[in-house]
Amino acid sequence: MAPHTEQLTRPAVRLRGLTRSFDGRTVLDGIDLDIPAGQFVALLGHSGSGKSTLLRAVAGLDHEVTGSGELSAPERVSVVFQDSRLLPWRRVLDNVLLGTDGADKGRAALAEVGLAGRERAWPSELSGGEAQRAALARSLVREPELLLADEPFGALDALTRIRMHHLLRELWERHRPSVLLVTHDVDEAIVLADRVLVLDRGRIGLDLTIDRPHPRSYRDPLLGEYRERLLAALGVTEDLA
Amino acid sequence: MTVTTLDTAAPAAVATEQPRRRRRGLAPGKRLPAARLAGPLLLLAVWAAASAAGRLDTAAVPAPWTVLDTGIRLWTDGTLPADVLTSLERAAYGFAFGLTAGVVLALASGLSRTGEALIDGTVQLNRAIPVLGLIPLFILWLGIGETFKIAIIAIVVYIPIYLNTHAALSGIDQRFVELAEVQGLSRLRFVREIVIPGALPGFFVGLRLGVTGSWLGLVVLEQINATSGLGYLMFQAQNYGQSDVILVGLLIYGVFGLVSDSAVRLIERRVLSWRRTLSN
Ligand SMILES: Nc1ncnc2c1ncn2[C@@H]1O[C@H](COP(=O)(O)OP(=O)(O)OP(=O)(O)O)[C@@H](O)[C@H]1O
Ligand SMILES: [Mg+2]
Repeated sequence: MAPHTEQLTRPAVRLRGLTRSFDGRTVLDGIDLDIPAGQFVALLGHSGSGKSTLLRAVAGLDHEVTGSGELSAPERVSVVFQDSRLLPWRRVLDNVLLGTDGADKGRAALAEVGLAGRERAWPSELSGGEAQRAALARSLVREPELLLADEPFGALDALTRIRMHHLLRELWERHRPSVLLVTHDVDEAIVLADRVLVLDRGRIGLDLTIDRPHPRSYRDPLLGEYRERLLAALGVTEDLA
Repeated sequence: MTVTTLDTAAPAAVATEQPRRRRRGLAPGKRLPAARLAGPLLLLAVWAAASAAGRLDTAAVPAPWTVLDTGIRLWTDGTLPADVLTSLERAAYGFAFGLTAGVVLALASGLSRTGEALIDGTVQLNRAIPVLGLIPLFILWLGIGETFKIAIIAIVVYIPIYLNTHAALSGIDQRFVELAEVQGLSRLRFVREIVIPGALPGFFVGLRLGVTGSWLGLVVLEQINATSGLGYLMFQAQNYGQSDVILVGLLIYGVFGLVSDSAVRLIERRVLSWRRTLSN
């Protein structure tokens, strides 16, 4: 029962009573959440349950949304979007360096995501997976304390997605930012995250710690139990799935 | 047993190994060399052939060589160079003023709400008035000298440049605005690194319209209100029934148009090299 070191330090993200609504319709209804520094958290929920709304609130991107509550997040936050969002008029390296400088850091980040040698390519010359890796490099180069990702692999094919899972986990192990990963894919959440949250009717409906060593396999039978609990929390029963 | 299966499998394998036909691309494909010149050259050939065969009324449509002769004569006696220079000067000044005004106004109204409130409505109003309809008023204000001509050309030029650049500046993709916020860009860097490069394609559309507009304005002005210049030369030729001189003038206008449009295209291709479109 020794106190966990992570609990002694201030959490990286701290939400208290976070509320957000659109046109009088409450989407987030008083969310309390602490994410310790360096924790990898996945956020699940139905389409329209408010996952993106929560992420955008943490990212500070919701200027025009009505809401209340307390929110604290680290200084250096990076966001990875579903689309790679590379500027088509800048070469890959210049995209990675958007908002910072230091070409060497940019090159190193590109090498880390397996894009060494593509620095001078135009974004239109990259495949979907490569573009998303470049976006990851752009988020890494800022050495974020918190990495926010909104379905970053949603537009990728299954094979590329598995590769990206390995890459993301590897990068996380090396840099140890806190991660909040929004996904609609239960397996993705289980394989990647140490903690999975389910957003349901504006609140955290389930907060599940996944206590299995990495790297995890999709076929690990012990993960099946987590999957069932998560699916149940999402309202998907076995015969429906 | 194995032998027979191999035998039956063989023809099938051959069939699939036939070179698979490539799907026909929807892009028009590779440019033919000097493709742009093919049409005009054909037209010239037809014209020359018809003239040689005596099928054309030489008073209405003189032969190509007559036009060439006239052109050389006018050039060597000094009439043509003087007129061309006058016309080019008008067009260049008008274009330069129009370009500057269009870009400055578009930046001011595209990048600030106050600017937009002051400028955009005014320009839209200006656009609603056909520019050539302003000629009488401008003559009263500025006289029939060069100033009035340059002013009219500048107005013809600035409107498309303003409209397209402003639309491109204010139509910046919301996702890129978000990206800039996430990456912590300052307002200045946001404008410099995202808004302006993103608006360049629109600006070039306006620029090409502006270039065309400057020649159009020039022709109209020189033919109704000038005592020098290419249009004046043609106007005079009309009075004396010199269709060859008129054709020389038209050809020179055409060369002006072609050269300036090609120059803009060339610059556009350089600046927007990141774009992969149907044309390259
Ligand atoms: N800008 C907005 N204006 C009005 N309503 C909005 C806006 N953004 C989101 N909403 C509404 O808020 C709710 C939550 O949206 P949100 O995008 O957070 O869902 P999500 O969980 O990310 O869904 P998905 O999995 O489909 O991405 C939805 O009902 C949506 O219609
Ligand atoms: Mg979403």
